[in-house]
Amino acid sequence: MFVRLVYESFRRQKRRKLLAGAAITLGVTVATAMIAVATDIGDKINRELRTIGANLLVTPQEDTLDVEIGGVNLKPPSDGAFLNEADLPKIKGTFWHNNITGFAPMLPVNVALQSDAKTENVTLLGTYFAKRVAFGKEEFTTGVRSTHPWWKVSGAWPDDNSHDVLLGERLAVRLSAKPGDELAVSGRELRVSGILSTGGSEDDQIVAPLSLAQEILGKPGAVRRVYVSALTKPEDALARRDPKSMSGSIYDRWYCSPYPQSIAFQLQEAIPHSHAEQIRQVAQNEGAVLTRIEGLIFLVTLAALFASALAVSAAMATAIFERRAEVGLMKALGAGRLAVASVFFAEATLLAIIGGFVGFAAGGLLAHQIGRSIFNSEIAIPPVLLPVILAIAVIVTFAGSAAAIRKAVALDPVFALRGEL
Amino acid sequence: MGVSNSAQEVAAGRAQSPHTSMFVRMLIRAAVLRRGRAASALFAMVVAAAVATAMLNLYVDVQAKLRREFRNYGANIILVGRDGASLPADALSPVETVLAGRGVAAPFALVVARTSDGQPIVVAGADFDRVRQLDRWWSVSNWPAAPQQALVGVRAVSVVSPKNQPFDLSFQGHVIHLTSAGTVQTGAAEDSRVYLSLADFSSWTGVQASTIEVAATGSPEEIAAVMHQLEQTIPAADVTPVRQIMEGEARVLGKTRATVLAAAALIILTAALCVLSTLMGWVFDRRRDFAIMKALGASNLLLNGFFAAEAAALGATGAVIGFILGIGIAAWIGRVNFHAPVVPRFSVLPFVLAGSMVVTLLSAILPISLLRRVQPAVILRGE
Repeated sequence: MFVRLVYESFRRQKRRKLLAGAAITLGVTVATAMIAVATDIGDKINRELRTIGANLLVTPQEDTLDVEIGGVNLKPPSDGAFLNEADLPKIKGTFWHNNITGFAPMLPVNVALQSDAKTENVTLLGTYFAKRVAFGKEEFTTGVRSTHPWWKVSGAWPDDNSHDVLLGERLAVRLSAKPGDELAVSGRELRVSGILSTGGSEDDQIVAPLSLAQEILGKPGAVRRVYVSALTKPEDALARRDPKSMSGSIYDRWYCSPYPQSIAFQLQEAIPHSHAEQIRQVAQNEGAVLTRIEGLIFLVTLAALFASALAVSAAMATAIFERRAEVGLMKALGAGRLAVASVFFAEATLLAIIGGFVGFAAGGLLAHQIGRSIFNSEIAIPPVLLPVILAIAVIVTFAGSAAAIRKAVALDPVFALRGEL
Repeated sequence: MGVSNSAQEVAAGRAQSPHTSMFVRMLIRAAVLRRGRAASALFAMVVAAAVATAMLNLYVDVQAKLRREFRNYGANIILVGRDGASLPADALSPVETVLAGRGVAAPFALVVARTSDGQPIVVAGADFDRVRQLDRWWSVSNWPAAPQQALVGVRAVSVVSPKNQPFDLSFQGHVIHLTSAGTVQTGAAEDSRVYLSLADFSSWTGVQASTIEVAATGSPEEIAAVMHQLEQTIPAADVTPVRQIMEGEARVLGKTRATVLAAAALIILTAALCVLSTLMGWVFDRRRDFAIMKALGASNLLLNGFFAAEAAALGATGAVIGFILGIGIAAWIGRVNFHAPVVPRFSVLPFVLAGSMVVTLLSAILPISLLRRVQPAVILRGE
């Protein structure tokens, strides 16, 4: 009888059930989409923040002081220590290799640039543009095009294995050179493939493939410093502690968290004779920005959950209120409070589960669309979320119906059947 | 409460206000007599308007809030003396005039000096008070307070003052005697430098500031305007934007704003639907009132007008209360998340008001147009 009551209720009151079901579905859709966006927003914004540049810098351990003003290196060229280029792919072998979005080695070399019988001392900066590097079986592309996205080139980016170079904007104006011209640099003829504009000191420099800079310097495999761009977690009290003072389990937790400090520590382990450090301007501030945005979206998600809960309860309350006559009839026929309430609760559960499933699918689609249109990348919904969402849907539907059901159960059948109040 | 009593009250009320029309009386009585349902409809409206107000407020304000966060990245404009020359000695005051309080500017001067054992080292002159405001990421153990005190980069420590002893630096034959007040760590070029106060620096080297770093607040257009003004007031300087900061900021702000907008749209839609279903239930529930009025000869126009006026009054009341509540929520979110309240945006009010009216009118008109097709007798008989 109970099952038939519920079944017939669904079969005969299709319009009403559809309305209540639609409200639940919409509520669950919004909730799912917002939870998915909120869990993924940190990663998405983290990637956007990488456009500000690398957040870690690897230098040789025994390095002498940089003597550099306005991008002009005043240190004797052979002075100081170097890193070995062959060690660089090991960056991709560290624990947090998936968080490292790219790296770019740098090797500044002082060269003599001949133009119109004059000789000028300029800096030639060797680096990777978009070099294919292999680590084990894994192949990846890295270089300034991913770590320094604000570098703009008019003309073409040089190939990493060529002898083509980029000419800094201000230097190009001074020499009135354009893409395709040849430069006489330290006895070599180099072709300018493009004009580089960075807004920084590189505007006065020549930027060349790393192998060319090493050849000019006469030190194959030499790298002065490496800029590493990594997705990091905002710093907290644990992050700032000295790893040497930690006990085993705390050390493990520190090591396995993507703090700027622990990634720097791992880079130092991976590259022999190196010193890795966070670039505080980038690393410190991105933590702050990230925390703010995550907090904002978290609060907005709470508001969304609240609004959907309210919409679901409003729809359920209206649906139950409309069925006073039915309740009156059931009670007149001798149904107890428990029997009446359990019919309504069974219906609510059924509605919540159906609405939950449909809403979860729709919410996934919606999150996907938001990811596509705002971040140009996927927002994936973990399937673990499904039972959580279903449980929330059932609880909210129950809570929303509870007040209305209590009122319906307390109704005097006489008044209810006469349609008064 | 006795019937006669209330009838007397009503009669007294009528005598005192003879101009109160039947229409207004019906509106008021409808709300008073069915307090419970009217209150639940109003509650739904208030919550929806509050959530909508809070979301719109956040959407308008989030940009300003995040811009402030991004100013912690330091300078977004750099002034450099043209062709490596120093800036004019009084360059800072016109910069301050152009900024007019909307940003921070800090002058820097740089030379290569020699340590007592002849090693080259970059020495910088800086205004420490301004640097503290501009470059908040500098990790400084102790800021210099007295003259002849220096701030030493963590990598420079081993070269100039490994045992924290006083040290000498020489530049073109002039020697300065310094003590180390503390160390600075940034992970960048600053680590290899020694910083002095500008006064010490210029009396020692005779070199004036060559760079002014400016962190200007505002929208990209406002920053472009500041740059243009700086170029005009200080023709001896090259004014360049710090492109990675500007571009990164624009991207992150744009995406965050778009996400908040999408969320706001979803939330407002849900809230509107909540109001719609509650109100439709309320109006539907009063089909008897409707039928009696119709049976007594009310025209369709009057009936529509009555329910529309009721809905509009509910919408307006709900919107105003909700607006006040929503401003409170937005301010709370601002305080919790950004440690600064979100400024109330009264420009949001007309939108909330108009939106509430549209939703309430819609939820009144929809059931009425359904009921109109039914004979009053059928409704009065129940079903």
